[in-house]
Amino acid sequence: MSQEIGIEQLSVFVENKRGKLVGVTEVLGAAGVDLRALSIADTADYGVLRVIVDKPDAALSALTDAGYVVKKNRVLPVSVSDEPGALAKALRVLADAGADVEYLYAFVAHGENRAYVILRVDDNAAAAAVLGKSGIAVATDGELRLSR
Amino acid sequence: MANYYHPREETMSADEMRALQGARLVETVAHVYKNVPYYRALMDKKGVSPKDIHGVDELHLLPFLTKDDLREAYPYGLLAVPLSDCVRIHSTSGTTGRRVVAFYTQDDIDLWEDCCARAIVAAGGTKDDVVHVSYGYGLFTGGSGLDGGSHKVGSLTLPMSSGNTERQIQFMTDLGSTIICCTPSYAAYLAETIHETGNRDKIKLKAGIFGAEAWSEEMRRHIEAKLRIKAYDIYGLTEISGPGVSFECSEQAGMHVNEDHFIPEIIDPATGERLPDGEKGELVFTSITKKAFPLLRYRTRDICVLTRGTCACGRTLVKMAKPMGRSDDMLIIRGVNVFPSQIETVLINCGFEANYQLVVDRVSFSDTLEVKVELTPEMFSDEVKELNRREKEVSDRLKSMLGIQAKVTLTAPKSITRSEGKAVRVIDNRANKI
Repeated sequence: MSQEIGIEQLSVFVENKRGKLVGVTEVLGAAGVDLRALSIADTADYGVLRVIVDKPDAALSALTDAGYVVKKNRVLPVSVSDEPGALAKALRVLADAGADVEYLYAFVAHGENRAYVILRVDDNAAAAAVLGKSGIAVATDGELRLSR
Repeated sequence: MANYYHPREETMSADEMRALQGARLVETVAHVYKNVPYYRALMDKKGVSPKDIHGVDELHLLPFLTKDDLREAYPYGLLAVPLSDCVRIHSTSGTTGRRVVAFYTQDDIDLWEDCCARAIVAAGGTKDDVVHVSYGYGLFTGGSGLDGGSHKVGSLTLPMSSGNTERQIQFMTDLGSTIICCTPSYAAYLAETIHETGNRDKIKLKAGIFGAEAWSEEMRRHIEAKLRIKAYDIYGLTEISGPGVSFECSEQAGMHVNEDHFIPEIIDPATGERLPDGEKGELVFTSITKKAFPLLRYRTRDICVLTRGTCACGRTLVKMAKPMGRSDDMLIIRGVNVFPSQIETVLINCGFEANYQLVVDRVSFSDTLEVKVELTPEMFSDEVKELNRREKEVSDRLKSMLGIQAKVTLTAPKSITRSEGKAVRVIDNRANKI
């Protein structure tokens, strides 16, 4: 089986109540999990916290054991040059190819003249292919230094 | 094709039935008034005496009896014969408070077993059948009731009681059980296990008689398909005798009430007013043949509908619909009667589990309903629009079924307060609000 495209993201259901977000981060901290990127989508009643971590499986079991509803799926980390218009170029490529981006958020990486954006699309392979044709690369685990 | 155990009583004309009920009612009222101080006090308080009761037309003059009365009179307060005339007791599970104990003379046991025999015969049972009773035996009425009914029919009775599924299936295959009696949830479990163990072609079941808990039409179809049997509903309650107060016939459309023993009425649970046939309300029973523990106008709290007329099976016994909820659970929201069970059905049909809570409030003079439901891993998505779609699906279905708008809120697993293991289903904040 070929390597699946993209990197693993965990989504956690978090009620909009005081202390709930703290709880999630404390569970991850206690499990020795390092957060590399995160975003939260919220409604009036709840939020969905999405995280990229160094140890997805350890994070998943720690959160599940602590009673959280967690989902694991693959998202596309895209590497764009750190200059004005670079993200716009990548999104234009996807829009022209008819690939819907459900959401995106930034990935903070150290050093180098690159910025990384996490994209949630329906079809990772198709999106990676059209981006690749336009010279926009999908970042590798090593490049993101997910596991140290 | 009809099978009757008691052809005369089961197919009697309406006039004959009323006359029979009237005579038995008059006798029962005289019996309890004379022998039970508790009843005498209740009747005196309501200003009604046995001489006012000439038949079924005066039934509504009698006072109601509730579960609270049974608890207050525990254990001997409603006993209508000397204890030495009693041969058995049965008892309710006691999950919602003090236990209720019911007493039986030998005649009481006989008439109850006759009622169960009618149910077995209506399900196609004969003396050639092997009746497999997997209801619990003991204080619970399920096991003894169907066991006794099976003896009356003359079937070979397998007194399995509940539990030990492996042994149940072994007996079923080795002894060729043809009719199974148990709770519908156990039937569904047995069906799964029979399939998993590859025993489906070794069993000879043709029918099942399932009761003692609420079950849906979907569940009936599931059990029937899995076991390739006909699944019949049976209804009863310990206070009135046990299973067999009413039973389903081959039509599988409502349960015939053994009304020569138990007169059913439907009342408005709020006012106590008697409602006409066909209207939905609380089911009330008066037992007219029992001697040790006769109950007059006992409020079951079950909400259902009665329909009269001759059934396609030939029986004239009045039919009751499957109870659709409990009157103590009923909520009135913007004038609409809402049962938690209705909301539960919608949630389950939408893929959720039955972990929910209803919050009723009053905002700007108008009632509001919020349905909080615990999210399961299967229902979770990383996309908010998916979660919104799931909430909307529930509220759309509630709107079309109940006609009221409800706010649906997803909550974290195990976030709904549980007391003594049971979820608190309803929070009504409307008190003291206009």
